[in-house]
Amino acid sequence: MVSEKALDQWVVEAITAISRANDLEELKTARLAHAGDKSPIAQASRSLGTAPAEERARLGKMIGEARAAVTAALDSRRDVLEVLRDEKVLQEEVVDVTLPSARGHKGGLHPLTLLKNEICDFFIAQGYGVAEGPELEAEWLNFDALNMHVDHPARTMQDTFFVEPLEARLVLRTHTSPVQIRTMLEKKPPIYVICPGRTYRADELDATHTPVFAQVEGLVVDRGITMAHLKGTLDLFAKEMFGEEAVTRWRPSFFPFTEPSAEVDVLFNGRWIELGGCGMVNPKVLAACGVDSNEYSGFAFGMGLERTLMVRHGITDMHDIVEGDIRFSRSFGVGL
Amino acid sequence: MLIPLSWIREYADVPTSVSAEQIGEALVRVGFEVEEIEYQGADISGPLVVGRVINIEEIVEFKKPIRWVELDCGESSSRFVICGASNFFIDDLVVVALPGAILPGPFAISQRETYGRVSNGMICSSRELGLSEDHSGILVLPDDSAEVGANAIELLEIEDVIFDIAINADRGYALSVRGLAREVSASLGVKFTDPVHSIDTNAFTATGKGVAPKIDDPTGASVIYLRTLDSFDPKAPTPLWMRRRVEKCGMRSISLAVDVTNYVMLELGQPLHAFDRSQIEGSLHIRRAGATKTFTTLDGQERALSEEDLLVTDDVRALALAGTMGGANSEVGEQTTKLTIEAARFDPISIAKNARGHRLSTEASRRFERGVDPSLAKIASARAASLLIALGGAKHIDSQYDGDPRYSPIVEMDPHFVAVLTGAEISLAQVREKLLLIGCDINEISDVSWQIDPPSWRSDLHSPADFVEEVARMIGYDTIPSVLPPHPVSPGLTNFQRRLRTLAQLLADKGLVEVQTYPFVSESTLTVMGYTGDRARAFRIANPMSEDAPLLRTHLIPGLIEVASRNLGRGARDFGLFEIGSIFRNISSLPAIENPPTDQRPPRNVIDQIYAGVPSQPTHIGGVLIGKAISDDWRGKGRAFDWNDAIEMAQSLIDACNLGWTIQRSDFAPWHPGRCAEFLVDGKVVAHAGELHPRVVAAFGLPDRACAFVVNLSAIPEHGVLDAPAIGTMPLAVQDIALIVGEHITNEEVVAALKSGAGSMLESVVLFDRYDKIGEGKISLAYTLSFRAPDRTLTGAEISEMREAAVEAARVKLGATLRSA
Repeated sequence: MVSEKALDQWVVEAITAISRANDLEELKTARLAHAGDKSPIAQASRSLGTAPAEERARLGKMIGEARAAVTAALDSRRDVLEVLRDEKVLQEEVVDVTLPSARGHKGGLHPLTLLKNEICDFFIAQGYGVAEGPELEAEWLNFDALNMHVDHPARTMQDTFFVEPLEARLVLRTHTSPVQIRTMLEKKPPIYVICPGRTYRADELDATHTPVFAQVEGLVVDRGITMAHLKGTLDLFAKEMFGEEAVTRWRPSFFPFTEPSAEVDVLFNGRWIELGGCGMVNPKVLAACGVDSNEYSGFAFGMGLERTLMVRHGITDMHDIVEGDIRFSRSFGVGL
Repeated sequence: MLIPLSWIREYADVPTSVSAEQIGEALVRVGFEVEEIEYQGADISGPLVVGRVINIEEIVEFKKPIRWVELDCGESSSRFVICGASNFFIDDLVVVALPGAILPGPFAISQRETYGRVSNGMICSSRELGLSEDHSGILVLPDDSAEVGANAIELLEIEDVIFDIAINADRGYALSVRGLAREVSASLGVKFTDPVHSIDTNAFTATGKGVAPKIDDPTGASVIYLRTLDSFDPKAPTPLWMRRRVEKCGMRSISLAVDVTNYVMLELGQPLHAFDRSQIEGSLHIRRAGATKTFTTLDGQERALSEEDLLVTDDVRALALAGTMGGANSEVGEQTTKLTIEAARFDPISIAKNARGHRLSTEASRRFERGVDPSLAKIASARAASLLIALGGAKHIDSQYDGDPRYSPIVEMDPHFVAVLTGAEISLAQVREKLLLIGCDINEISDVSWQIDPPSWRSDLHSPADFVEEVARMIGYDTIPSVLPPHPVSPGLTNFQRRLRTLAQLLADKGLVEVQTYPFVSESTLTVMGYTGDRARAFRIANPMSEDAPLLRTHLIPGLIEVASRNLGRGARDFGLFEIGSIFRNISSLPAIENPPTDQRPPRNVIDQIYAGVPSQPTHIGGVLIGKAISDDWRGKGRAFDWNDAIEMAQSLIDACNLGWTIQRSDFAPWHPGRCAEFLVDGKVVAHAGELHPRVVAAFGLPDRACAFVVNLSAIPEHGVLDAPAIGTMPLAVQDIALIVGEHITNEEVVAALKSGAGSMLESVVLFDRYDKIGEGKISLAYTLSFRAPDRTLTGAEISEMREAAVEAARVKLGATLRSA
């Protein structure tokens, strides 16, 4: 007849064996030994039928409790061991994640494109549209309409690329100002546009000059536009380009297409850097485009992107900007 | 312009407490860019004294002539120095640096042994003193110009500040001490004394008959003064003070007659020319060159004249290229005693053309181009005559003039316009004060109407806006507030602009690097590329940077290949490049254009004609693929770029624009005729892609099998609003088929046939195998067809029926047969 004491002993032995199982295989051995058909508890259970009837219920309850205790220990140990097994598998599958992964190439946009986009986005947020026009342009739109009369120095062969046949009067535009003219000819004020694009002047390529360069110009024509508005716009723009602390300096200057005219400098790293030229649209230019200067006034500004790029990013040689070395553009990525 | 502070101070009452930097800032404030401030003499310290040459002993035993010079430097005994120059004589006054002196370099002077003697100082040249670039010899001072032993630093006014100032094209008056001193005075608010006021133009009486001027062409000049002098001493030296001022302004001292004309030009801004009067036959004329074909300027160059060149001539021959450079034939020389001084107000445009036509930008032409004060012809010629009389012993013979000074017209304006256009609070009192300050006369008819008479030297002031600038710059641009204009609603980027941005991004994401190349190409490049038709018709630049590349690109590939070669040369091996840019083709007939006047908007038809005269310049996006698409690495071998990659690039660009397209093979330079695809949208070719022609690859030294693509973005239409597709949720039925077709049948043709036969429930066709080894001119193409019904599960019978219909269409259209297992 099984004694209560023996049952307790078996349970203790079973739990001890289970807790000593170090993997699922050992646990299986422990289970067969202590909870299998040949285990003392199973044998005791089978012999229950021979027990006196008055003892049967009490013994049955005791044996059931002993089995439950062993099963619970088995389950909990199995959970632990399964987790350990899974962890081991994952550890065995470890790789060197620093191995090179990219097999294609790293692309990138030209920094002039990135800068142009940045400037366009700034002015779009200020309410401007983006106007573009042809690089091979009518002389009248590039010069005459901008109050650059036929004898203006810029109109000589030394500064401007003329295209044959000469009687077609085509030039490679020397600024994006002809886009301003096209805009004023085709659109009634209010006009708020910027004109980015490629421009051409017959300068030899050297560390600071290039015959093909990028400009962004701006034009505003509306009622009541003043120089104060021009200052407000470019002061804000200077902060966008060179940071919140940017300080500007406004110098009187001369351009045929603006009056009054100014040049704007930005203090950057302790040096005055020319940001661009600007001024109030010359009434003669408004007249050539059929804009009534008694009703409207306007301002215009222009800047070369190469200089801003060079100053902002510490580029010391123009060759890097024009030569197309992939290491140059790649280093700017996609501008994020 | 170079200008010394000492000379500015003569007319501008600048307190000594104001530093050179502050004067520079004052100039910048009113619109004069100070490029450099040079502190002359800052690197010199004495003793530097005047010495008289007492004796010269020539030492001949050395390779070059050496002199042992005895000097009287005002000391108790003679001083002996060694000197290598030989342009001085006994009794000459020279500048001697004594031991202890430091000259620019820095170069310390000490007693030293040389050529076997003890040299006790140094006789100096102008260059050694940092005074000018003149190193032709020792600086010899005019006789009696100084006491022996005098301090030469003071005598030569060595310590001075030289400003280098950039003068804008509209401010001719500022190319003078008079003009700049006026600006400094106005900017600093100090007293200005106009040097013109102390010049007496009536001090001359006629004692004989001089040369008469005659303006034959009134478009060439408005007024000319000629002052004829006699008895001039050609040996008379230029006084030291004048010489030093001329040198400080960056000009060379040449002779008294020439120095005086330059000095007066620098002082007042009026260029003058001194003729040898004895070379003038009859009168002096201002006329166009006309039939005169050549002229030799005093730099010895014979110049071919154009008919329109403006000349100064006498009755028989040309004497000067007007306002630009005099002639060798009438130059003042070492024997000249009879002088005629010319002062004219030439037409700025005529002089600009003279100077540019002959590539001869001179001190005179730079001033005439910008406009010279018309009142100066009389005044400056008088000033020069007085100086020549006082310094060169000349006698006045006769003064004559022709023409009259023409001044800028009076401008009527509402003075409130200044505040309106600047957006600054500027009172009428301020407007009045500043306009008077710059020399205007004002007739105030009412508070809203002033008649403003600009000063004689301001030929640039024509319109109210010009006077706004004058007031604004005198008040200071920094006083104008900074205010944002009213914000309109932005239209944002156009669809086309958005497309360009996204496509550039897309190619960068695919590993390509954007470049921006010059659009200049050579004829030989066009030939090597094999361009024909439109792309062989390039525009030619009349004045190219280089005769090697005088044409405008008709295609993006040449520039991309050039940049690819450069990168290969710098060690890059595997890469893709792309560019977005305009291309130019000379394919429309260009009308001859008359430029219309600009005083008002040209009529619509004239504007349209100007537009029509500008050829269309489509925007292309192109790329080249060089070397490997996938690099070799630790995983194993990579894979080279091939024709298929280039086609994929082009396709992805068109796909990104959400347009349907078809593809077919194309024989199109500079691509491999068998490996080039063209894409069509709405039946129009919009792109080419594939492998470059082996001949092109070889010609430019590219690696084998280099590939390229070009998409004409301007030819890709915009799509309308996209309709969302119905997303089917019923089960997908997948069927594989393998077809055998003739080897010349394209995938595109088979897919089109399958689609046409399979009907509307065909969701996709994917080629999953291609086998070209079955022979007999046949190939096998295997496809996965996916079917789905919108509303039900397809039955096996339905699926089989659609598959068979697809195969049947391929059979009927292309002769395809099912490949048996």
